[in-house]
Amino acid sequence: MKILVGVKRVVDYAVKVRVGADGVNLKNVKMSLNPFCEIAVEEAVKLKENKAANVSEVVALSVGPKQCQETLRTALAMGCDRGIHISTDLRTDYMELQSDAVAKLFQKVIEEKEKDIHLVLVGKQAIDSDCGQVGPALAGYMSWPQCTFASKVDLDGDGLLVERETDSGTETIKVPKLPAVVTCDLRLNTPRYATLPNIMKAKKKKVDTYKAEEFGVDLEVKNKVLEVYEPPSRKEGILVDDVDTLIDKLRNEASVIQ
Amino acid sequence: MPLTVLTDDEEMIQNSVKRWGNQHLQPALVREMEKNERISPSIIQDLFTQGYMCLEIPEKYGGVGLNFTSACITIQELSRVDPSVALVVDVHNTLVVNAIRFWGSKFLQAKYLPKLATDTVSAFCLSEANAGSDAFSMITTATASSDGSDYTINGTKSWITNAREAGLLLVFCNVDPSKGYKGITAFVVDADSAGVHIGKTESKLGLKASSTCQITFDNVKVDADHILGEIGQGYKYCIAILNEGRIGIAAQQIGIAKGCFDVVMPYLKEREQFGIKLVDMPAMQQQYAQAATELYAAELMMYNACRLKENGLPFAKEAAMTKLFASQITEKISSRSIEWLGGIGYTTDTIVEKFYRDCKVGSIYEGTSNIQRQTIAKMMASEP
Repeated sequence: MKILVGVKRVVDYAVKVRVGADGVNLKNVKMSLNPFCEIAVEEAVKLKENKAANVSEVVALSVGPKQCQETLRTALAMGCDRGIHISTDLRTDYMELQSDAVAKLFQKVIEEKEKDIHLVLVGKQAIDSDCGQVGPALAGYMSWPQCTFASKVDLDGDGLLVERETDSGTETIKVPKLPAVVTCDLRLNTPRYATLPNIMKAKKKKVDTYKAEEFGVDLEVKNKVLEVYEPPSRKEGILVDDVDTLIDKLRNEASVIQ
Repeated sequence: MPLTVLTDDEEMIQNSVKRWGNQHLQPALVREMEKNERISPSIIQDLFTQGYMCLEIPEKYGGVGLNFTSACITIQELSRVDPSVALVVDVHNTLVVNAIRFWGSKFLQAKYLPKLATDTVSAFCLSEANAGSDAFSMITTATASSDGSDYTINGTKSWITNAREAGLLLVFCNVDPSKGYKGITAFVVDADSAGVHIGKTESKLGLKASSTCQITFDNVKVDADHILGEIGQGYKYCIAILNEGRIGIAAQQIGIAKGCFDVVMPYLKEREQFGIKLVDMPAMQQQYAQAATELYAAELMMYNACRLKENGLPFAKEAAMTKLFASQITEKISSRSIEWLGGIGYTTDTIVEKFYRDCKVGSIYEGTSNIQRQTIAKMMASEP
């Protein structure tokens, strides 16, 4: 089976972002591989190491500026075989390039460049846009089954058995046959380190670059971002003297009970 | 390019080591290794798996084929979390591996570099009880057999880092004491050779997890083809390798100083007395700003020394200055850090008291500060 893994270059999770006139200020900010994409890469590499899965190749795909090549390099260092970089200078944090366009770019890659993909693994969401849409949208466009928020992925005959974490508990979904799209959640695995030898070996692995415009996908903004602002700073709490006052405030001020 | 702007590779390595260090050298483990006076074998194995023990070994011998700056970056980032672990990496890479790369025969390189890259820790055996700064007065001898096909080593080396973990020893011996230092010859010795005895482990003030022992050589036989480079050139090799090795020590010191700031700055931003955050108190500001400035200077010296060396330019004076300065500022910064943290800085609840103890040897090993100044002075005096 051939696996396609989406890897997004996002603001590093530890960075405290600042909001300016153009949205989140990305100048000179540390960027990293999206943590959920990293989990997707780890799952792909684990499948490759599982003889039973019979994985022929893991291809990593990233859409964004030329620095995405570093993101791809991390994925290659973790064990992906090849990389594809779709280059664009559009902002990928939702301000310019949005989920629908990205899903369509993935679709084009699968239909035109990597014709025998059996499994697409992506993170459940990116930590900059937090949309969680590329996986499901892609599945829709490809008419493939999808399993989102996967916390466990097992081979099952010609398909997969996937456990999903939901707000009401864990559910198990049977995907009878591949190809399929799986989006990866936090508890799916613990990503491995890229050891230095693997980082250096990754330099020799092939990365193909295509321009986003080449694919004829509509890259226009579909949802215009009107304003970006920081959440209001949390107001200090108050101490109340008794339960009655508490209930009164919860009902009449905080409006959280009827 | 500015000195502090790293190449893509170097940045990737910095991130990787930082991440590994933060995740694998947890405070509890670091303290445990200190208490046991031993680095956990699984950490040693991890150092190999991660590629930290073969940084400059060429890929054809199983190494990562990186540059010296990458080695210093690795040592620095490891030192931020555990300078004892960093020291294993430093001595192995910058003293022994590099010596074998520079002066080892093809035979020695092919035999040992792959092992040093994958599973064999090494130790640099130069000092003796009566030969510290005056290393050339060593009395460990290597006596040639009648046909010169092998040598027998006798003597005791002191203060050997990595003594207990090492599988390979680079031993400096005198093959002809009548020639004085011109008889000093370097031998590559398997640590499990008959007659090699790892002696008492020194109980130290700091870097406790790092093994520092005496090693006695009791009629240890070594084949002549295990001589590193040429007979009688050992004195040149040890000067040359220490010239660069000391940049690695500077990296360790700088890492320790950064490790102190890693703890101090968040604390200063949070701790309040007299209604003011410590970070905003003028007296504190004066101190930590000064300290940070000196640390920045040391870091630039380290990067510049690395770049000079990588570009084939003379760097011995700069390397000596770097190690001298880095050890001095780190001693100060670690001491101040305890003060800045106040009472808790004095307890083992934070790591700065360990850093204070760990860094002290920085002004002693790989050339004492006095020797560094003497080296610098001699170079200055002989400059046109």
